[in-house]
Amino acid sequence: MFSNVLIYFVVIPLIMLLGLALSRNMKQIRTVAVVGSSALIALSVWLLVDYLQLRAAGETAEMLYVGSWAWFKPLNINLAVGVDGISIAMLLLSSIIVFAGSFASWKIEPLPRQFFLWLILLSVGVFGFFISIDLFTMFMFYEVALIPMYLLIGVWGSGNKEYSAMKLTLMLMGGSAFLMLGIIGIYYHSAPEGGQLTMNLLEISRNASIDKGWQYFLFPMTFVGFGVLGAMFPFHTWSPDGHASAPTAVSMLHAGVLMKLGGYGCFRVAIYLMPEAANDLAWIFLILTGISVVYGAFSACVQTDLKYINAYSSVSHCGLVLFAILMLNTTAMTGAIMQMLSHGLMTALFFALIGMIYGRTHTRDIRQMGGLMKIMPFLAVCYVIAGMASLGLPGLSGFVAEMTIFVGSFQHTDMFHRVFTIVACCSIVITAVYILRVVGKLLFGPVQDEHHRTLTDATWWERLSTITLIICVAAIGCFPNFFSDLIKFTFNTSFAQLLGMN
Amino acid sequence: MDPIIPILILAIPLCMFLVLGLFGNKMSHPIAGILGTAGMGVTMVLAYITAFTYFFSGAPQFIDGDVHLQNIVFNQDWLQFTDSLVIRLGFLLDPISALMLVVITTISFMVHLYSNGYMRDHHGVWETGFQRFYAFLSLFSFSMLGLVVATNIFQMYIFWELVGASSYLLIGFYYTKPSAVSASKKAFIVTRFADLGFLIGILILSFYTGTFNFTDLTSAPVAGMDGVYQVSGETAAGIRNIFQTSAAPIFMGGSVMTWALVLIFMGGMGKSAMLPLHIWLPDAMEGPTPVSALIHAATMVVAGVYLVARLFPLYLMEVTSLDIIVVVGALTALYAAIVACTQVDIKRVLAFSTISQIAFMMVSLGVARPEFHHGIGYMAGMFHLFTHAMFKALLFLCAGALIHAIGSNDYTDMHGLRKYMPVTHITFLIGCLAIAGIIPFAGFFSKDEILTACFGNSMVWYIWMSFVAGLTAFYMFRLYYLIFWWKEHKIHEGHHAPHDQPWTMTLPLVVLAAISCVAGFVPFGNLVTWNGHNMFDHVSFLTNLENLDWSVAVISLLVAVAAIALATVMYKKENPMPERMRRLMPNLWRWSRNRFYWDELYMFITHKIIFNLICRPIAWFDRHIIDGSMDGMAYLAQRASYAIRGLQSGNIQMYVWVYLIGALLLGAVTVICLI
Repeated sequence: MFSNVLIYFVVIPLIMLLGLALSRNMKQIRTVAVVGSSALIALSVWLLVDYLQLRAAGETAEMLYVGSWAWFKPLNINLAVGVDGISIAMLLLSSIIVFAGSFASWKIEPLPRQFFLWLILLSVGVFGFFISIDLFTMFMFYEVALIPMYLLIGVWGSGNKEYSAMKLTLMLMGGSAFLMLGIIGIYYHSAPEGGQLTMNLLEISRNASIDKGWQYFLFPMTFVGFGVLGAMFPFHTWSPDGHASAPTAVSMLHAGVLMKLGGYGCFRVAIYLMPEAANDLAWIFLILTGISVVYGAFSACVQTDLKYINAYSSVSHCGLVLFAILMLNTTAMTGAIMQMLSHGLMTALFFALIGMIYGRTHTRDIRQMGGLMKIMPFLAVCYVIAGMASLGLPGLSGFVAEMTIFVGSFQHTDMFHRVFTIVACCSIVITAVYILRVVGKLLFGPVQDEHHRTLTDATWWERLSTITLIICVAAIGCFPNFFSDLIKFTFNTSFAQLLGMN
Repeated sequence: MDPIIPILILAIPLCMFLVLGLFGNKMSHPIAGILGTAGMGVTMVLAYITAFTYFFSGAPQFIDGDVHLQNIVFNQDWLQFTDSLVIRLGFLLDPISALMLVVITTISFMVHLYSNGYMRDHHGVWETGFQRFYAFLSLFSFSMLGLVVATNIFQMYIFWELVGASSYLLIGFYYTKPSAVSASKKAFIVTRFADLGFLIGILILSFYTGTFNFTDLTSAPVAGMDGVYQVSGETAAGIRNIFQTSAAPIFMGGSVMTWALVLIFMGGMGKSAMLPLHIWLPDAMEGPTPVSALIHAATMVVAGVYLVARLFPLYLMEVTSLDIIVVVGALTALYAAIVACTQVDIKRVLAFSTISQIAFMMVSLGVARPEFHHGIGYMAGMFHLFTHAMFKALLFLCAGALIHAIGSNDYTDMHGLRKYMPVTHITFLIGCLAIAGIIPFAGFFSKDEILTACFGNSMVWYIWMSFVAGLTAFYMFRLYYLIFWWKEHKIHEGHHAPHDQPWTMTLPLVVLAAISCVAGFVPFGNLVTWNGHNMFDHVSFLTNLENLDWSVAVISLLVAVAAIALATVMYKKENPMPERMRRLMPNLWRWSRNRFYWDELYMFITHKIIFNLICRPIAWFDRHIIDGSMDGMAYLAQRASYAIRGLQSGNIQMYVWVYLIGALLLGAVTVICLI
C-alpha cells in the first residue's frame, strides 16, 4: 500500500495532524504547517514530472498509479486510487493553496493549534477526494472536507458567523444527500445482470451498464449534488454568506479548492459515468449555469462588501466551469479545467488580500475605504493584478481559460448553444465593470479615512503568500499550452469515445 | 530575415517593463528615465532596420518583382484549441506592419524622451511614480508592437486587450484624482464592450473559416515557397471558396460573414473611438499629455483602422460591411469636427480632432475599391495614418509644453503666447498647417488622396468629407489663434513669464515638425497598397506631386485656405465676432459645447437602466427570493419541529394513552384484515 505514491497525499496531512497535536507553541505550529505544505507541493510537482515522463514514454492508460485495497469486502468497497492529468492539476492547485493559506494565517487568533488542526483535516479530505477513483471513498473524503468548515467558520469567523456556518454546512449537506442517493443508485447498476457490483469508477465506466432510464434519474442527482458545491444557481446562496464570515485561510481554501470539488465531481462522476443522460439533459443545466454566469456578475456589481463581491464573482466564474463542462467537447472541457485552476488561484489571492486589508482597516465596506494604493502599495498592486486576472487580461490565467471555453462552446452549431455562448461571453464586460468599480473605489482616489494613513504594508509572510499565488496565475497565463496539453489528454482518449465527441 | 532582430523588438520593451516595474522604485529617477528612453531608442533603431530591410533590400522573401509579400519571421504555438484553431505568437512582416513599426517606435521614442522633461515640475522635482510611468510606457510599447506584428487574429486580440490595459493604467496615472480614475474606468469598460463584439466576431469568423491566421484569411498560398504567401492581385480563390461554401447561413438578413466582419469592426470602433463608442477618448485626456500623444493620438487609437486594413481583402468580399464603415466614419468625422469648434480645453479640441481624423482614415478604407486607381483609398488611409501620427503627436506634445508652462488646460488662460514660447509656437503652427492640408505639409498629400478616393466612390462622400476637411482647418486655426494671438498675455505678479521648455521637450517637437514638413513626399503608393503591387513605375521625390489629381487638390486647398481665412478674421485679435456667431446659432453651439449630450445619454443608460433596473433588482432577488426561499425552508423545518414538539412532552400518562390507543388501532386493523 505504501509503495503507491498517491497515498502520501493523505499520509502527509495525517502526519501534520499528529505534529500539530504534539506542538506546544506558535513556532512549532508554523513549522509543521510550512514543512508539511511544502512537502505536499514538492510531492505534487514530482508527481507531475513523473506523470509527464510516463506519458512521454507512451503510457496510454486512462489513469496512472492505480492501486486498490479492500476495505469492506461484502459491498466491494475499496480504497482505490489513481490519477490522470486533471487530478494532478487539481492536486497541484490544492497544495499551492494550502501552502499560501498557511502563510496567510500566520498570526491566527485564538486557538491557533486547533485552527490548523481543522484546516489540515479539511485538506486531508480534499487530497483524498482528488486521488480516489472509488465512489465510496470519494464520498467519504468529500464529507471529511465539508464538516471542518462548520467549526472553522463558527469559531474563527466574523460577523454573523453561527448563521453562516450553519447555512453553509446544511446546504452542502443537502447536496450530499442527493449525491448519496445518486451514488447508491449507481452502485446497484454498476454491473450487468449477475456481475459483481462495484464502486470503482473505471470499472463502472467500462461496464457501461446503467440503462438510460436510470441515467435520467441518477444524472441530475449527482450533478445537482456536486453542483451545490460548485455554486450552481439557484443553490449558490451559501457562498456569499459563508465566505463573508469565514476567516481568511478558510475562504481561500474553500473558494480555491473546495468549490473545485464540485466541478471535478460533476464531470468525473455525473458525466463520466452517465454520458447518455449528460448528452440529453445537458440543456437544463446549461440554462442554470448560463444564468449563474451573468447573474453572479450582475449581483457583484452592486455589492459593497469586498467578500460579497468576490463571492458573487465566484458564482459567475464557477458557473462558467460547469457551463463549459456541459458543452461536452474537448476544447470546452479543457477550458473548464483551466478555469478551475485559474479561478482557484486568483480567488484564493483575492481572499488572501481581502483578509489582509480587513486585518488592517477592520472594515470590508468599500464605501469606507479609498486610496489604499498610497497607504499599502504592495497589497494594492497585488489586488490590481488579481483583478486583472479576474477580468481576463492576457498573460494571466483568466484569459486563457475563458477563451478556451468560448472557442470550445462555439463549436456547437445550433442556435441554443450559440445564444448561451454569447450570453456567457457578455460576462467579460460585466466582470470588468465590477472589478474596476472596486479597484477604483478601494485603491485609487483620495484616502477616505484619515486613520488609515498610519496603516502598514504587507509583512514578509503575507508577501510570500501572495507572490506564490501571483506567480502561479502568471505561469498559467503565459504558458497555457503546457496545462492545456496536460488536461486534454484525458478528454482526447476516454472521453472522446464515451461521448462520441470530435 | 534573421529572427533575432524581430524578437528583440518585442523583448526589449517587455524587459524594460519588467525591470522598471519590479525594481523601479529602487532606482533613482534619472536612471529610470534614461533606461526607458535608451531601451526605446534601441528598439526604434531595430525597427528601422527591419522596415528598411523589408522595403528596400529586395530580398526574395520580401519582394517579388513589384509585389510586396507577406513574410512570417517566426510563429510560435501558444495555445492550441483544436487541430486547426491554434493561437500562435509570431511576427508578420508586410507593408502595413512595417509601416506601423516605424510609426510606433518613432512616436514612442519621442514621447519617452519628452517625458524626461515633462514629468518634472519647474523646480526639477520629479513626479511621484516616475518609474511606474516609464514601466507602463514600456508595457504599452510592447503591447502595441505585438499587436501590429500579429500573425493571427487571436494574437491581435491578445495584444488588443493588453494595449487596453496599459491605456487604463496610463490614463489613471494620477490615481488620486477622482476624475482620472473614472476616466480610466470609462475607457476600459467602453472598449471592453466593443471588444465583446470583436471576440464574437472572431469566434464566428474562425468557426466558419477554420483558421485564425491572417495569411490564410486574406490570401492564397503560393506553392513552393515555404512560409511565404503572396497577396493575390485578384480576390483570393481560397477565401472565395470558404465564403461560398460556408457563408450559406443567413442571420437576420445578413450573411454570417457580414455579421462577423461588422462585429470585428465594432472592436475597431471601440478602440478608434467611432460614434457611438467615442465617449471615452475625450475623457482619456486626464492622463499625462505625453500619454495622450502616444496612445490617444498616434498609435492605439488607430488600431481599429489597422484592424480593418489587416482584414481588408475580407471586407472587400462583403461590400455591405465596407458601406457600414463609410457611414460610421463619415458621421463620426462630421460630429467630432463640429464639437471641436467649441471646446475650451485644448487637449479636448485635439482629442476631437483625433476622432475626426481617424474617421477620415476609416472612410478612406471604406470607400476603397480595387477598380478605382488600384484601390487608392486603402493606400490613402494608411498614408493618413502615418502623417496624422506625426503631426498629431506633434500637436499634443506642443499642448503638453503649453500646459507645463501655464499650468492649465484651457486656452482662456493662454492667449498671446507667441513671443514667450517661439519654438512651441512655430512647431504648433507647422502641425496646424499639416492637419489643415496646406501644401506642402504632410497632411495635404494624405488628405488629398482620401478625397480622391471618396470622389471615386460617390459624390456625396466627396462633398461631405471636403466640408469636414474645411472644418478641420477652421477649428485648428481657431485653437492656434486663441493660444498664440487673440490678446496679449497677462503675467500675474510674482509669476515668471512662460518660456520654452528644456531640450528634452523641444527636441521631439522639432523632429516631429521636420517630419511633418517632409512626410508628404514619401511615395506611399509604392510601399503600402492593398494587394502589395506598386502603384507607380518610377519614384522620385516628386512622385506624389506628379500623381496628384489636381482638380481635387485645388478645391481642397481652396476650402482649407478659406477656412483658415475665416479663423483668422474671427480669432486673430480680440473681437466680438465669435460671440455674434454663437448668438446666430445658439442651439447648435450649445449642443456642440456639450458634445451633443452623449455622455449624459450614456450616464442615463448605465446608471439609471443597467445599474438600477438590472443589477439592483437581481441583487435584491438573490437576497430575498432565492436566499429567502432557502431560509424559508429552514424556517418551515423549524416550525414543523415546534409543532410536533408537544408530542415529546415527557409526560408518562400521555405516552401510555398514546400507546394504548395505538395498540388498539393496530389490533383493530389486524382483526379487520383477518376477517
